Amino acid sequence: MTTKQCLLALYASIATFFAAQASAVTLTIATVNNGDMIRMQKLAGDFTRQHSDIELRWVTLEENLLRQRVTIDVATQGGQYDVMTVGNYEVPIWAAQDWLVPLDDLGEDFARDDLLPAIDDSLSHDGKLYAAPFYAESALTMYRTDLFERAGLTMPESPTWKFIRKAAEKITDRDNGIYGICLRGKAGWGENMAFVSTLAHSWGARWFDMQWQPQLQSRGWQAAVAFYVDLLKKYGPPGASTNGFNENLALFQAGKCGMWIDASVAASFVSDPRQSTVSDDVGFALFPSRATVENHGNWLWAWSFVIPAASENVEAAKTFVAWATGKSYMQLVAAESGWADVPPGTRQSLYSSAEYRQAAPFAGIVLQAIEAANTRHPSEQAVPYVGGNFVSIAPYQGIGTVVGQQISAAVAGQISTRQALANAQHIAEREMTRARYLD
Amino acid sequence: MASTHSGATARLMLSPAVALLLVWMAVPLAMTLWYSVHDYQLLMPRGHEFLGLENYVYFLTDPAFFQSLANTFALLVGVLAITVIGGIGLALLLDQPMHGQGIVRVLVVSPFFVMPTVSALVWKNMFMNPVNGLFAWIAQVFGMRAIDWLAEVPLFSLTLIVAWGWLPFATLILLTALQSLDAEQREAAEMDGASTIARFIHITLPHLARAIAVVILIQTIFLLSLFAEILVTTNGGPGNQSTNLAYLVYSQALLRFDVGSASAGGVVAVVLANILAIFLMRLVGKNLER
Repeated sequence: MTTKQCLLALYASIATFFAAQASAVTLTIATVNNGDMIRMQKLAGDFTRQHSDIELRWVTLEENLLRQRVTIDVATQGGQYDVMTVGNYEVPIWAAQDWLVPLDDLGEDFARDDLLPAIDDSLSHDGKLYAAPFYAESALTMYRTDLFERAGLTMPESPTWKFIRKAAEKITDRDNGIYGICLRGKAGWGENMAFVSTLAHSWGARWFDMQWQPQLQSRGWQAAVAFYVDLLKKYGPPGASTNGFNENLALFQAGKCGMWIDASVAASFVSDPRQSTVSDDVGFALFPSRATVENHGNWLWAWSFVIPAASENVEAAKTFVAWATGKSYMQLVAAESGWADVPPGTRQSLYSSAEYRQAAPFAGIVLQAIEAANTRHPSEQAVPYVGGNFVSIAPYQGIGTVVGQQISAAVAGQISTRQALANAQHIAEREMTRARYLD
Repeated sequence: MASTHSGATARLMLSPAVALLLVWMAVPLAMTLWYSVHDYQLLMPRGHEFLGLENYVYFLTDPAFFQSLANTFALLVGVLAITVIGGIGLALLLDQPMHGQGIVRVLVVSPFFVMPTVSALVWKNMFMNPVNGLFAWIAQVFGMRAIDWLAEVPLFSLTLIVAWGWLPFATLILLTALQSLDAEQREAAEMDGASTIARFIHITLPHLARAIAVVILIQTIFLLSLFAEILVTTNGGPGNQSTNLAYLVYSQALLRFDVGSASAGGVVAVVLANILAIFLMRLVGKNLER
């Protein structure tokens, strides 16, 4: 070959390279570093094989960092991400601002009518679906059957807070490092406030009255928070005010907790013999309620995919979202790593599958908890908001964060419950005024 | 007029650097000032309406503001006290001739190279944790109640963690200063019968004054904006007990997505830091003139 031919060949190859690049769409997907999402990334080869014209670029972040990045991007119409992973807290707020693409045409495999009604409802705005759920959770009471047996106690399927208190008292054995109950105490609207908010709702309390006036000093809140603080101080592990979901998970798996009331996604971790020392002795019950109120607090969280309106690759993004949240993805996970690893909580068909029910003994109670969650009417009193373990309004992140700090300080014994709630009320009023909800 | 000519050339040569610096500094500052007087809440777009001083009022009347101000100074004073006193002590020890001097010096300096987030996590999980931590274990061995460090004495624990990271820096600066101390002067004092303490107070300490001023100045700059250690250990809590100004601004900007009041907070922090800087520069200036 002459030099000229060489050059020609080189040009030709460069041209083909760029042509191929131009036709391929690159989707940037922001997601959270939870186990189920990491598994999805490993299985994404299945998607790129079906759609050779779509390339995937992953931005995997820890929950808080993810929330900061995607919120700033979506609010400034940055268009940096084509698919974002968010919870049902964000979806109604963002949808109301027209920041999201409605997802009403995701194809047959997605089958919207297969979604659990509670989940569908929490991700919709004016009847349109704005997010596709990847996995969802409610809250459960997890307990040690061996410790209960030894103490001569039987956990009812739907326990009351009174019973929880009695059981915690009997099981606590500080000398042997067994604490009756482990609960979240670490400040944060997604940490302790997820629990406290659910607790308060189950107690008949509400965050705001119909005029958006904060109700944090109402009798219900006083009683619920006093109960929580007292329970943790007397029967909780030391350092409870800095324990979040992960810390409690570690404590429970190490056999230090008699009971643990937290997100239902923990059920599969504590009953997995590969990571839990107490996997054979775990029982499950519903989130407790107050004796006279048949309300389990309405905890509902759904990690979901949304497509921001600023994305330039909406069609390709829809293809991806339909793949990751569709029915055949469940089959794919089941085939690759077993039924127990299928992302839970979103589809009716999963819970009617006999294989899943067998692989996940907690499936029934998780389904019951999710179906019982009514985020439109979380309290027995009337509320102007949506949400159970949070309130789906823009100023809630700020309010939840500072109220969480106050309650965490009460658990640490730095201030009294009464003082904490007085501070919380003051802060909530300030924030609501600033957000123009109040005059 | 060669000198005027070369002066103009020099100015011309300098201008790109100066312009760049100006843009680098002035544009963000101007934007911060602009945001601080406008309504800019990311989650509630209401068209950036002009608010006057409302953001400042909200920031300055925030229930956490005065506590965070106090915490900022408490952390600053605590860490400075530990690092300066401890640094002098360590520098004096390391200045003595001994075996394996090189290795010991490297070991003493090494904490400075551990990233703040990493060291804070190690302290939090391996030392101060009330169930699994080393301190809890020691307390139990002696039959005492384990202290939950980060919940019971959050500010003190943070001071310890940060001081541990900065102690090597102070030691290093003070050690080099100590090594420049004239040995003959010390010997002369010794021959005149001056005691060890008298020699330390009248010869060593005055000699170290400049180095101490430098340590205080540099550490103050970094400690005023202390953030990583707080984020990974206490998240500013419990309550607001370990929230400093930098953390408060962060919580406004990224936990509440309120760009307006975060900018106002940033401006307040800059003003406060500048007031402190004026005093410090005077202090250092005096020291250097001598």
